[in-house]
Amino acid sequence: MPIDFELSEGSKLAQAHYRQVAVDQMRPISRKYDLAEHHLPTEWVDYWWDEGRFSFHDKAENKTAPNDGFVTVCLQAEELCWGDAGLYLRMPTPALGGSAVSSAGTNEQREQFMSAFREKGGHPIWGAMAITEPQAGSDAAAIETTADFDADTEEWILNGTKIFCTAGEGASTADGGFIVVWATIDKSAGRGGIKSFVVMANTPGMELIGCEKKLGIRASDTATLRFDNCRVPKENLLGSAEVRKKGPTKTGDKGFKGAMATFDASRPIVAAMATGVGGAALDFLKEELENQGIQIRYDTPPRELTAIERDVIEMEAELQAARLLTWRAAWMMNTGKRNNLEASMAKAKAGLAVTKITQKTVQILGPVGYSKKLLVEKWMRDAKINDIYEGTQQINQLIVARRILDYPSAMLR
Amino acid sequence: MIDFEPSEEQALIVETVHAFAENEIRPLCRVADEAGAPPKNVVEAAHELGLVANSLPEAHGGGGERSAMTGVLIAEELAWGDLAIALAILSPGLLGFPVADFGSESLQKEILPGLVGDAFVPGSLAIVEPRFDFDVFHPQTTAKRDGDEYLLDGVKCQVPWLEGGRHVAVIAREEAGLAAFVLARDHAGLQAEPELKMGICGLPTSEVTFSSVRVPAEARLSASDDEIRQMINRGRIALAAAGVGTARASFEVARDYAKERETFGQPIATRQAIAFKLADMAIEIDGARLLVWEAAAALDRGEDVSRLARLAYDQTMRIALTVTDGAVQVYGGHGYIREYLPELHLRNIAGFASFETLALV
Repeated sequence: MPIDFELSEGSKLAQAHYRQVAVDQMRPISRKYDLAEHHLPTEWVDYWWDEGRFSFHDKAENKTAPNDGFVTVCLQAEELCWGDAGLYLRMPTPALGGSAVSSAGTNEQREQFMSAFREKGGHPIWGAMAITEPQAGSDAAAIETTADFDADTEEWILNGTKIFCTAGEGASTADGGFIVVWATIDKSAGRGGIKSFVVMANTPGMELIGCEKKLGIRASDTATLRFDNCRVPKENLLGSAEVRKKGPTKTGDKGFKGAMATFDASRPIVAAMATGVGGAALDFLKEELENQGIQIRYDTPPRELTAIERDVIEMEAELQAARLLTWRAAWMMNTGKRNNLEASMAKAKAGLAVTKITQKTVQILGPVGYSKKLLVEKWMRDAKINDIYEGTQQINQLIVARRILDYPSAMLR
Repeated sequence: MIDFEPSEEQALIVETVHAFAENEIRPLCRVADEAGAPPKNVVEAAHELGLVANSLPEAHGGGGERSAMTGVLIAEELAWGDLAIALAILSPGLLGFPVADFGSESLQKEILPGLVGDAFVPGSLAIVEPRFDFDVFHPQTTAKRDGDEYLLDGVKCQVPWLEGGRHVAVIAREEAGLAAFVLARDHAGLQAEPELKMGICGLPTSEVTFSSVRVPAEARLSASDDEIRQMINRGRIALAAAGVGTARASFEVARDYAKERETFGQPIATRQAIAFKLADMAIEIDGARLLVWEAAAALDRGEDVSRLARLAYDQTMRIALTVTDGAVQVYGGHGYIREYLPELHLRNIAGFASFETLALV
């Protein structure tokens, strides 16, 4: 296929569909759940569980129209985050837990943990991933949560504390959901000893300590979880239990590398979420300017433009560059190309671009941008997380740098 | 369907042009810069590849395969070798494309066969004017109808003026809007003064004065105001691609240098201050390239690309300056020395603030 920037029919339908969901279901309650932090956004959660998750695919023409695969997944994330990034993160879906099971689990595990998310009826459930600990965030290999194997019962016993677990409240308390927990089975092995385990909601020994109060994405439940002799069956380990201390990872070992591979899929999605928030701010800004009679003059030399026009043009270019890098990383997923460099590029670019775009929007709109009457100030607060979670700007720069320099991690830290 | 993979044919072209840029252009970029002209044999060898001729109409001996996407791929690779030499190689397009798109049958017969012949014949397009408040869409050079003739008046600069060129296209302002003309370089009343610039020195350019130049009405291309605007956008997209190529070259030399140069017993590339700068360069170059590709794809679909061309050009200008300046910085003192490439790249890229239509796709 030649280079092509036109979305397939099905992808355009998905884009339009999720934009409508954003407009109808999310925007009207956006402020409500920014203010009502830690309250379950029941309208949204129930809508998504009962209707939203089926609404696109239930239409016959949507099913048959060709679409752009993983690019469409990114379009969905972008449009829904254009609606509200916090509510997007509160959707009852397998989320990052699902990505982990998909990329590191067996077919049986996928069936076992994911099928409940596809069935109609029942009550809303969530998936989540717990990596970060009070002392280990970006340096995931330094985590201290342990998993010990009890040979008598054939169970893994988890001990430790996890923080910053997105959707962790829902995933730990609504029966049928699950959390993928990273833990070490051999501290002396460093990253080689790190494995991921599926912990079903309400497993004894897993305790929800509480949710963080945050700068933004306040509708999202960012949980602290304590694992105190929390037992999970042997089958809940994703990948093999083999500990590799040195040397190349052989095929089939989906331990730390498998867990890290989750990011190749999740980073483009996070980048898409970022462009959604950035797009919300920029769309609003352009609309406001237009209402004031200000048209952006793309055909006028920069020196004759107003500062606002120059800002808007730069913001548009930055946002579009981030979006296209995201699509490229997603397209590589479709074609089975290794995309960890491109996924990090997209994430680094999008996280920073929308941080700046939303801040600039607040600045340009002055008191209007700062006021809670509008959502602009919220978008600025919501956008910032995209430059932090799923690998900070600096972690993604590190990954890109190692790849372009062809350095192993020991050479560049 | 979203796809970022060049076609097999395009991949082959990129491979060929890249090899040419690496083996023929890059080794002589410094020589061209110091001499103020491109190496003749390199330009002629590039002409034999048919990079421009391939896109000109079949009826006049060209390949008839015009594609903006292929054009930007070629421009990036050539400019990766050297921006000035790349622009010299692509210069026949400055004349060939406007004539092919908007010239009368007789003008096409007069000009196009020469551009696709065995010998390299450069082209010229006069568009930029030597004033700080120049606006490409509102030039001060005027064209006034006078009976069967037009009267051209004004001053242009940054006009590619390579040895052996016979014609020049010029963009002027008519009452109704933009108008384009083609005339002989030695036309009465036209005066060309070679000019010296900070960069792209390997591309000889002239300041061209039109004093009451009379041309016959047939010298006016049929292009409407909108069509000339679209042509200017084509120029921006082509130039942006060349800017991406230059930035990529700059990034690569900085990356390689950073892996060799040691401080305190370690290559400087192992320091985050340097490594992160290089990572940012790589990210921004890829982002700008995708904007260029998106604009080229829209061109090939026949859409109005004013906005996309603007975004791609501005973004490239911005990031390429950051990248080339960053490369000088990574090199430290050596970056300031003309023995190494970073200073050359930086001087070349600084011109993007005023360049218009130095290449076309």
